[in-house]
Amino acid sequence: METSFNEGELAFRDQVRAFLHDALPADIQRKTLRGLHLEKEDYVRWQKILYRQGWAAVNWPVEYGGTGWNATQKAIWADECARAGAPEVLPFGMKMVAPVIYSYGSEEQKQRFLPDILASNVWWCQGYSEPNAGSDLASLKTTAVRDGDHYIVNGTKTWTTLAQFADWIFCLVRTGGPEVKNQQAISFLLVDMKSPGITVSPIHTLDGYPEVNEVHFNNVRVPVENRIGEEGRGWTYAKVLLTHERTGIARVPQTRRRLEAARELAAETGDGGPTLLENPAFAQKLAETEIELLALEYTELRTLAAVSTGQAPGPESSILKIKGTEVAQQVDELHVEIAGYYGMPFVPEQFSDGFDGEHIGPGDAAASWLRYFNNRKASIYGGSNEIQKNIICKAVLGLGG
Amino acid sequence: MDFNYSEEQQMLADSVRRFVQQDYDFDSRRQVVDGEDFFSRAHWQTFAELGWLMVPFAEEDGGLGGNAVDLLPVMEEFGKGMVVEPFLPCAVLAGGLLAECGSDTQKAELLPALVEGRLQLAFAFAEPQGRFNLADIDCRATRDGDHYRLNGHKSVVLNGGAAEQLVVAARTGGDRCDREGISLFLVDVESEGVTRRRYKNVDGHGAADIWLRDVRVAEAARLGEEGKALPAIEKMIDRATLAVCAEAVGAMDSALEKTLEYTRTRKQFGRPIASFQALQHRMAEMFIECEQARSMLLMAATQLDANGGVAPRAVSAAKSRIGRAARAVGQEAVQLHGGIGVTDELDVAHLFKRLTAVQYLFGSTNFHTARFMH
Repeated sequence: METSFNEGELAFRDQVRAFLHDALPADIQRKTLRGLHLEKEDYVRWQKILYRQGWAAVNWPVEYGGTGWNATQKAIWADECARAGAPEVLPFGMKMVAPVIYSYGSEEQKQRFLPDILASNVWWCQGYSEPNAGSDLASLKTTAVRDGDHYIVNGTKTWTTLAQFADWIFCLVRTGGPEVKNQQAISFLLVDMKSPGITVSPIHTLDGYPEVNEVHFNNVRVPVENRIGEEGRGWTYAKVLLTHERTGIARVPQTRRRLEAARELAAETGDGGPTLLENPAFAQKLAETEIELLALEYTELRTLAAVSTGQAPGPESSILKIKGTEVAQQVDELHVEIAGYYGMPFVPEQFSDGFDGEHIGPGDAAASWLRYFNNRKASIYGGSNEIQKNIICKAVLGLGG
Repeated sequence: MDFNYSEEQQMLADSVRRFVQQDYDFDSRRQVVDGEDFFSRAHWQTFAELGWLMVPFAEEDGGLGGNAVDLLPVMEEFGKGMVVEPFLPCAVLAGGLLAECGSDTQKAELLPALVEGRLQLAFAFAEPQGRFNLADIDCRATRDGDHYRLNGHKSVVLNGGAAEQLVVAARTGGDRCDREGISLFLVDVESEGVTRRRYKNVDGHGAADIWLRDVRVAEAARLGEEGKALPAIEKMIDRATLAVCAEAVGAMDSALEKTLEYTRTRKQFGRPIASFQALQHRMAEMFIECEQARSMLLMAATQLDANGGVAPRAVSAAKSRIGRAARAVGQEAVQLHGGIGVTDELDVAHLFKRLTAVQYLFGSTNFHTARFMH
């Protein structure tokens, strides 16, 4: 058993720290540390800085522009980014569609799409969920009917994060008829958002921000050359990548940063007498959350260590999703309690760039409630935590039915 | 990063597992627990012959190395098999204190006998008023020439019934709860003034309450410096806490495995009850508890080894989290077994009892959460 960093790893950590110290723009850092919404421009600016450093695509194979880092280096990178207040790289291009393209796409598709993802020239969004296909994703109804060398796509995708900024969308669509088994009827299509027949309508989440959208397809013509791999294999491609792209899903460094912030705030906040940190009930909740996070950190390290010795990350990574979101939501609630009354005013504009009116409440108190509301999504998206338990039952515990 | 056991540690685990499979099935264990000593002297000899009693000790003390991580494979398998032989109180705890505080003469006299299985030790620390506070010692040792006289009452001394020698924590100075003034003494149980009330705990492990009345102990029987024993006691209790955490992780794995097996075979409403999602999700949660507990165990063990055996916050974090997991997994295993789960004839019910005891041994979940906070 060996769990401490070796000299090379420590040197790597110093290199990462120095880079983040020099390269991370202060305005972006400020927003990230305060948990505020970033603009499209913020994300793109940061990702282009990473691109110039050669560190944009941490998980990609080196031949396509990846870093070639091992599991420990990736963990160090994630940890240091969170510590420094660097924004997370948006996953849709870099972590979701790119691995499908380099794993299952044609040579032409790789050359056409990967460089622009790597350089953050093109913004991608994900078209999986539908109004009637949530947890039961394979029952999706968006159809793609062949018409010469095009597909005609009809249907509606939903919960499409930040689609309002997107240049392209990757979709799971139904290419097989009703006689074909669900999983074999699904294909993986790349669609230009500028195609005629696509309309985007925003959905405001609980914090009042149009974070997600519905994307409607009305007789949208998509060239057949935009299909990844074989027709009817899209489900397989999407699923394989779901179990392989779990690095960072536990979000330990991000949650730790917010937990530390909660501790600092609790030491300055009180109900007249002792501080919240001296309130035994609050302090116990804080301690239990910190302990759970520590357990999660080691569960993730165990998974990474297994991966680095060549074992595939199994369905055990569902634990990382479940516990990672639970513990993050516990930290959100600590912040809600710390904010007290000043969590209640709904004035999101005071956290926007250029706001020069009178600020209501101390610090980011009012933002912490919005963050709590917003992050209830975490236990629902990416396969709800109940679906994750189904996966554990089936694939780990051997419980059928 | 590497969380795997070394080849040696793996062999140790295999050897304990083979012993449990061959000699420690549920019925054999019941006979051991119902026996006079509450454990088997024959098994203890086997432990000695297979070298397991050397595991807690450094090489210079005649051991195998004595890293904290080395305790895990043995204790996990003991946990799975619900082994009641006093490895933890005798070898890890009392033996550990002897190795930590004893003079060369004391060690040379006692450690070989312990490792060869010829000597039973117990550590008498807890007192009725003190609960989990290791500094709350009221037992007094007063100077009497080149001797001490010991007076006090020690509660629930693990292996206290079978032990031939006791390591006793007593006050040579200061008041209850003072960190200074606590000393350790080796006391022969045959000494005049020692009385014992022996009993079995709910988990089948043997223990005793022990009263000391004007017990004369030679100065040469003091372990370590006078009045300075608390840090060593805390260090060894933390090590024993890690060991009991490892035992709990093994017991939890076993409880989950038996529950999976039972729900796959038990049929109601015409199908295995494992097919019901209400039960499946509870087993998924048990699995998550087991994994989070194992992560904390590995965290604490590696922290102890990286810090010379002193990592109180890490140990308390682990005990707190593993205590919560032990409660959840133990209770759920019983619940999912239904009626049979609350009968004495089912092994899972006994795992549940041990998983309850380990939540309180060396400090409850709440106690360790509070210790982690401070």
